[in-house]
Formats: sequence, structure tokens, C-alpha cells
Amino acid sequence: MNLTLHVWRQKNTGSAGRMERYDATDVNPDMSFLEMLDVVNEGLISSGKEPIAFEHDCREGICGSCGFVINGIPHGPHKGTTVCQLHMRHFKDGDELFLEPWRAKAFPVVKDLVVDRGAFDRIIASGGYITARTGSAQDGNNIQIPKGAADSAMDAAACIGCGACVAACPNAAAALFTGAKISHLGLLPQGQAERDRRALGMVAQVNAEMFGTCTNVGECEAVCPKGISIEVIARMNADYLRASWKDRGARKESGE
Amino acid sequence: MKLDSRIPQGPIETAWDNSRFEMKLVNPANKRKFTVIVVGSGLAGASAAASLGEMGYNVKCFCFQDSPRRAHSIAAQGGINAAKNYQNDGDSIYRLFYDTVKGGDFRAREYNVYRLAQNSVKIIDQCVAQGVPFAREYGGLLANRSFGGAQVSRTFYARGQTGQQLLIGAYQALEAQVATGRVTMYPRTEMLDLVVIDGKARGIITRNLVTGQIESHVADAVVLGTGGYGNVFYLSTNAKGSNCTAIWRAYKHGAAFGNPCFTQIHPTCIPVSGDYQSKLTLMSESLRNDGRIWVPKKVGDKRSPSQIPEDERDYYLERRYPSFGNLVPRDVASRAAKAVCDEGRGAGSGETALGVYLDFAESIKRLGRSTIEERYGNLFEMYERIAGEDPYKVPMRIYPAIHYTMGGLWVDYQLMSTIPGLFVAGEANFSDHGANRLGASALMQGLSDGYFVLPYTLGNYLAANKPDSLKTNAPEFAAAMDAVKDRSKQLLSIKGKRTVSSFHRELGKIIWDNCGMARNAEGLRGAISEVRALREEFWKDVNVPGSEGELNQQLENAGRVADFFELGELMCLDALERNESCGGHFREEYQTPDGEAMRDDENYQYVAAWEYKGEGNAPELHKEHLEFAYVHPAQRSYK
Amino acid sequence: MSPAAITGGSGGTLRFFESTIFKKAVMASTGAILFGFVTAHLLGNLQIFVGQDRLNEYAAMLKSNAEILWGARSILLFCVVAHIVSTIQLLRVNRQARPVAYAKKNNSHSTLASRTMYYSGPTIAAFVVYHLLHFTTGTLHPEFSQADVYSNIILGFQRWPVAIAYIVAVGLLCMHLSHGVSSMFQSLGFSHPQHTPRIRRFARTVGILYFAGFASIPVAVITGILRAPIVHL
Repeated sequence: MNLTLHVWRQKNTGSAGRMERYDATDVNPDMSFLEMLDVVNEGLISSGKEPIAFEHDCREGICGSCGFVINGIPHGPHKGTTVCQLHMRHFKDGDELFLEPWRAKAFPVVKDLVVDRGAFDRIIASGGYITARTGSAQDGNNIQIPKGAADSAMDAAACIGCGACVAACPNAAAALFTGAKISHLGLLPQGQAERDRRALGMVAQVNAEMFGTCTNVGECEAVCPKGISIEVIARMNADYLRASWKDRGARKESGE
Repeated sequence: MKLDSRIPQGPIETAWDNSRFEMKLVNPANKRKFTVIVVGSGLAGASAAASLGEMGYNVKCFCFQDSPRRAHSIAAQGGINAAKNYQNDGDSIYRLFYDTVKGGDFRAREYNVYRLAQNSVKIIDQCVAQGVPFAREYGGLLANRSFGGAQVSRTFYARGQTGQQLLIGAYQALEAQVATGRVTMYPRTEMLDLVVIDGKARGIITRNLVTGQIESHVADAVVLGTGGYGNVFYLSTNAKGSNCTAIWRAYKHGAAFGNPCFTQIHPTCIPVSGDYQSKLTLMSESLRNDGRIWVPKKVGDKRSPSQIPEDERDYYLERRYPSFGNLVPRDVASRAAKAVCDEGRGAGSGETALGVYLDFAESIKRLGRSTIEERYGNLFEMYERIAGEDPYKVPMRIYPAIHYTMGGLWVDYQLMSTIPGLFVAGEANFSDHGANRLGASALMQGLSDGYFVLPYTLGNYLAANKPDSLKTNAPEFAAAMDAVKDRSKQLLSIKGKRTVSSFHRELGKIIWDNCGMARNAEGLRGAISEVRALREEFWKDVNVPGSEGELNQQLENAGRVADFFELGELMCLDALERNESCGGHFREEYQTPDGEAMRDDENYQYVAAWEYKGEGNAPELHKEHLEFAYVHPAQRSYK
Repeated sequence: MSPAAITGGSGGTLRFFESTIFKKAVMASTGAILFGFVTAHLLGNLQIFVGQDRLNEYAAMLKSNAEILWGARSILLFCVVAHIVSTIQLLRVNRQARPVAYAKKNNSHSTLASRTMYYSGPTIAAFVVYHLLHFTTGTLHPEFSQADVYSNIILGFQRWPVAIAYIVAVGLLCMHLSHGVSSMFQSLGFSHPQHTPRIRRFARTVGILYFAGFASIPVAVITGILRAPIVHL
């Protein structure tokens, strides 16, 4: 099959970008989307042009490196799939595809379809962990965790940090990502000691990174390759509101 | 070069405790005066960086990905072994040790493996404390499964995403240290050279992958946790970015390379579908617990699997290995698949028919679809996404693919390479797995090295090396930076006709055909000269577009592929030198009449440690003889 | 330090009142109060179908106690102001969060109601102003009578452009509610695998029923089901 691609080309963060048109010919339906782009790039290189930069690594849908917007949908039209596992059999001959990077102030474009998602790392550094000094842990079976709680924590922990939720959100909010981490750790007994601190720290960082606000429209959960539910956002809201309420007393004591 | 493995004396059960006691300690107030560079942020790198940061060292951690959370440890599916004996099925540290030595076909150090088995128990505790959501039973206790041919259930798992969850745990611990300022993270930064001063590893040269800037970093010790080199095969289950550059640069500075030919082929991967194929996808080998593997009995049978009646199917693993059946170790399962495909009995209608069926029909009938869905739902979905077929209805088609490299930089018991101050952890080193790694043991080794070995052994090294005032303005750094820049310039200036990928694909095919599942002397000799010729052509005819001072994925890749050529050659040389079959190394000349591997303990019970002797010179082979005082070498039998 | 180095979060402590989650909570709780008012208002209005006296008596009752009346009005006014101020603040944040728009964006996964909150909201606000000037103060009502609410409504809606404007406006209001009523639970941190889908269904039903209720009055006037007022002199 043959496709027409309109791809966002941008030299670096500082420069302006624009859409450019390319033809993808003889596309095999068993190819993955990235393999299709590999072939387009080989052609570009051979004809002396600069290949399209896109992020990718594991190509099996788990590292979270890849992702761009295909015809307005992050990771493309197939539900629960990252672009590296999106296969060309979901498209048809003659399709015209628009490829754009994740668009958010917090995710500046590095080049073409590559964006900088360092904001996610800083959000995790602001509380998205359980402090457990190496070697200080008790026996794993001393902490009993009901299967249901462990399963729900795992549902949230499945997040691959790809950023599709931000890309899909009309407000470029990072609520699904942040809520997923707050839920993963908050649902486990080990995560209780730092639960308030975690919510306060992570939400503060989200605001500092200039992400937008969740308006509960649900575009994020629809494109999440791991199917994470916006239930995690409600948990984040609850944790944050409760923590803030408790925190007022603590701040008074410390004179802040 | 003299290999001093620093294996402790005394009984194996107390050896690690005793050697820890004998190690020198760094005064708590002095720890911050030491800078440690950790390259790689996978299980080994991230856990080491986080632990060292916690202890108070000044840590700089580097990864080429945009975030440390993306390291390829994340893709491990099945699980992590630990000798907890929670299932009351007779497991113990000794049994895990025994199984690992035996599984490694008696080519690993006993003392290392015993320590690994001891640490396995602590790893689970540590990860649970960090919030890793391991699978639980209804009673709230940790669940286990049996995995990859083990006779006990000792594998802990988090759905089919165990590697992801363990890595996220280590990554979160790392980010917590980043927040305290004790660890500085350098994402999108690739190590391009090691700096050795006065015989000690003292720093690295990096390229900022966004700006192209070449930078120097000085340290008191360097840890490489940069993973394996499976991408030398081009098609592998490794991430596209996984590369050997860090360990190869270290090798060229004098770090011995251990057992480069020991590579592991994983039996359950999705077969290749076309020339454009960029990588192979592994499916957890846990699938073999309930799936039955078969091929048609008749050669060239192109019927669809549903049309092949039961009595015309050959369940060849069950036939050849009645007691282990479909659960034989990876190397055995992979070779058996190759053998039936070589006979022309491969599954599928394609020209090559490189594949065998993995059939769940019987399990679905016996256990019900919902049980199978619960166990393997995500794997089935993944298969359907890629292959476009529903495995609940049609048997999966699988074929072996390169998956893990047991070989790596040679390290002593303290994980230090032959360059003082250069430590190597995880898949990047050669230790612990011998000639074949058991399922669910890679995660165990990465975390054991990072959480529970390096924090002690690194301190032991640092305590004997006082901090000095070395800065990056030392002439050695300037020289190394110039060399790195020259190499980039050279790659960019060739402007030939072929793309980097086309060379990589060709290299991969040579290595896969001659140094893959089965090897022979003639093929290996041929491969060595082919690789050399291809390498020459690469340096004359590669086309690397773009410039140095920008994000240039082609340039990154070109540098990595250039190193793969050299490593590929060394792999073939090592395979040629080892005139026996053991584990993942199967030499066709050395097999029993019924096609099983024939080990030669008399002549080859050693670690092959290769020393670089300069461009154009043959590397020198050093042998570390292996002692087996506890597990006595026997032919592995899974019949 | 190299430009590539990433250090920990610098968000520091965020003041609770400045956080977007707090602002969403404000919108949710003020929205809840306003939803309560809309409910009461609808039930009050529907008394028009009982008869002129019933409606006028009800209106007189509401106005009988000035303290309660103005107390209620000030709470509602506060809620409206807080709801709008929070919206504007969040809108500003959200506009900044995506400086470069997509050339192509497909938002088909969310409901129309949820995506049009920023449009339905201001339209409703403008409508409320008109509505107050029309039926409460009578400023924009040519035949306004202080005591006869019933006549005001009938005479008001007999002008069909006014009736249509009302129908459109309550349509938008009900769309706004159909997202807002379920969204407020989410904003306040309540989510439940079983109950949340029920809440969403409830909110959609509310939207439809309330629209039917509100629109029934102008429709009844235009179609003549509600008759011209009897003038008491």
C-alpha cells in the first residue's frame, strides 16, 4: 500500500517547525509503524536528505520511549497500543497521515517528533517513591497485601511514562501520569507513611512544570496504551486535598 | 595481564559474609568526597546509583535514553528468582545455587553464584519495601510460579511486567536520590570513552545526544551497568539502542572480555516476518508452562495447523525429553526448534517456514479460557497485535531469537574488571550465568550486583584510594576528547553510499548464521574474514547524514555499529577457540550421536578472558580455571 | 554542571490555594451548590403547570423573608463568582500549557458536553444576567408586574425569539450539568469502579430531564398549553 505522510519537522527546540509531505510507498501491512518510518528514513538518507527523528527503543510497547500523534490521536488509532506495536494493517492504501510530536509547554520539542519529557522524572523525584534504604527491608511476606489491592496497585503501576496522556489532554495536563504513581504507591501499605508528602510534592511539581489542569474529559484514558483509568486522578485529588488539609497544621508549627 | 579472581577462601556458605567483614570501610564523613560514575540506569546501574547515593557518595549516573526509567531491563517479562521457599517445595539457597551452576553448564564461578543465591532473598524484601506490586495470593502473601524448567516454584512476578516493575522500583529510588542532590542524572548522554590514568579508571568521555557536545567527567571509580551486546545480531530481543560501546571502549583500554561467545537464544519469540524487520519480540517463556510445542511430522507440510490431525503432529520436546518436556532449558529448546526447522518441518506457509507451533488448545480445554486469559492475557494480546492472529484460536508460531549475552567484561569476585577502579555489573559483566542463563535469573543478578554487592566492594576499593584533586583539565581527558571527536568527524566525512542499518543488518546475518544457535570451525573462520571485510567497507562506504552538533540518531548508531563489528569478530574468535559444546555455545563438531551438547571439562573448564593488544594484533587469551568443589560437573540431562 | 544534568524537582511547597486541584475543588463544590439551586428552581418553576395562584404564592413566599432571600442570593452570587474566577484562572493555566496547537486533533473519546464547558459556561453566565433583568428586575420585560410572576412568564415567552433563546440557553445549561454533575465527584476525589459509571448515567439523565423540565415552560406557552394570564384588577 502507499501512504502520504505529513510530518512535523523542527531542527531543534529553538527553531520553528513546519509540516512536510513525504510518500511512503510499498508499505507492507505486517510492518510496524516505526518500521515503516525506518524504510522512509532509509530512502531519505539515500537521497541525501535528513531522516525524520523519532524516539524509540524497546519496540515492544514497554519502555515508553516512542510516541507521536497520528491524525490527532496519540499512538494512533488502535486502542491500547504504542506506535512501535501499531501495525500497518490498521491503515489502508491511500491514507493520508499527519504525524506530530506531543504538544505541551512542559514537553519542549527536541527535534522533529522527539520531545523532552524530563518533567516526568522531576515529578517522580518530587515524591513518587517509597523510601526504603537498601538492606533495611523486612521479610517480604511480613507485609500482607490483599490480592485486590495488589492488583489495583499493579494496574496503576503499569504506566510506561510515554506522555500520551498529556498529548491527548485538551489542557496538556499530567494528571493521569501523576495520579497513576500516587495510586500505585498509595494503594499499598508500604506507601502510607509518605502518602501525604508524596501528594503535596508531586502536585506542586506538576504545577511548576506548567502542565494544564484536568477537566475530567477522559481523553487521556482513551489513548493510554496501558489502559490506566481516570480513577487514579480522583485518587490524586483526594490525596492532595486531604494532605493539604492536614498540612496546614504542620506548616503552622514549623512557622512556614 | 594476570587474572586475580579474588575468590574468598573457606566454606562457600560463609564466604561472602567473611569477605564483607574483611573489606575496608569508608568513613561516613568522607563518602561525599568520592565521586562515582555509574553508566547505565537499568536494574544494575539504577540500583547501584541509588544505593551509593543513599550511602553518601557523590554519584553521577548516565543513560542514553531520555529517562533512566527506559533502560531495557524494563522489557523483562517473566519474573525474578529467589530462594525463599515460600511454597514449601524444598527450595533453598543451596538449591538455587546448584540449579544455576548446573544450568550454566559448569562454566560459572561457584562462589559468585552462591552469593547470588544468598542475595536473591534480600532482593525480594527490598523490592517489596519499595512498593513493587508483586503478584499476591488471596491470603495476601507473595505468589510464585515455576519458571523455565525449575522443579520448584521460586519465581516472583508482577503480571508479565516484572522487569518493568523492578526497574521502576530502582528508578524511583534513584530519583529520590536525585532529589536529595546526591545523584546527578545525565539522561540522553552516551559514554564514548573511558579515561584511564595511572592504570586506574578515572573518568569517562560523553556525548550529549541533544547538543552533540563532547564532555569529560572525572571520578574516583567507574561502574558500567550498560547491558548486553545481543544487538550484534541486528535482529534480537534487545532494545534498538542497546549497544556494546561502553564495554568495548573499556576492553580497548585493557579490561579483559570474558566468554564473548556465550550468548543466549530465547526459544519463544515471534518469528521474523520480512526484510524490514527491525527487532524481534520475545514472549515470556512462562507460556511453555501451558503451551505444547509441535511441528508437522511430514517434511514440507504446508497445511494450516487446524488441518493437521493429532497423529501427524510431532511434539518433539515431549518426545525427546520425557521428564522435562516443553520446559527444558532455553538452549535445549532453541536448538531443538532449529533442528526441526532445518529438517524442513517448520511451521507456517512461508518460503522459509522458520517457526514452530506453541499450542494452547489442550490447556484451554482443560483449564478453561478464563484461566489461560488470566495467566497469559497480556502476552496473547501482544501476539495478536504483532502477528495479527488470535492465539486463542490458532496456535502461536514461535522461533528462537538472541536474547541475552552471558559473556561480558571479565570481573573478579568484587565485580572489578582488570582495570582497577572499573566495576562492571549486570548483563555487562560475564559472571554468574556461565554458558547459559536460567529463566528469571537476569533480574536477580542485576539487582544483586547493584543493591547488595557493589555498595560494599566499591567502598573497599575507594577506602584504599584517597580522593585527589584530579580535574577534567588533565591532559588524558583532553586527549580522549580529541579522539572521540575525531572518530565522529571521520564517520560523518565518509559520505558513502550505504546506510548504517544496511551494514548492521548484514553483520547481524553473518553472526547469526555462523555464531548463533549452532557453530562450526569452518563457518566461524569464514565469518571472521567476512566481518573484517564488511568492517573495511563500512569505514569506506557508510553514509552518515547530518552534523555533529545536533541530535543525530544516525551518528549515534554508526558509532555503535562500528563497535559491533569488532566485538562480532571477537565473538567468533572465542567460539572458534572453544572446542566443546556447552550451554548456549553449541559447536556442531562436538555433539553426541543423538544431537546433545558435548562438554569438554578436561580442556575447557575455564573462563576465556580476552585482552586487547592493539589495532591489527590478535587479542591474547587468558584462562581463569574454574573449580567445582560443591557441584560436580555432570552432563546436563533433561531426558 | 552540564546542561543535560537533571536534578530533582524544584516545585517546592505549593500554596494550597494556588493549586489547580484546589481550584477544581472550588469549581466542584460551588457547582454542587449551584446544581442544588437549579434543582430547586426547576421544581419551583414547574408549579406553573398547577396554576397562576400556586406559582404566584410560591414566588411571594420566597420573597417574604428579606434576610433569607438576600442570604441565599449572596451565597449564590459568591458561588457564581468563585466558579467563574476559578475557571478563568484554570483557563489561563491551560492556555499556557499548550502554546503550539495540533495541526490535526481528534478528541472523539470525550463527550461533547465535557469539551464545550468553556463555551457553555460563559453563555450560561450571560443568560443568567439577561434572565435576572428579564424576570427578576423586569428591566428588559415590557409588561413586567412585580407581583404576578405567572403573567410575566406567559407574556415573556409569547415573544417567540425570547422563548427560543431560553430553550437554547437551558439546553446549554443542561449540557453543562451533564458533565459537571459527574465531574464534581472526580474533582473532589471520589471514584469507584461501580458507583462512578452510575454517577455518569445519573448526570446524563439529569441533563435530559432538567432540559425537558425547563424547556417545557416556553414550549407550553408557545403552543398555547399555558394560557394567557387572567388579569386581576
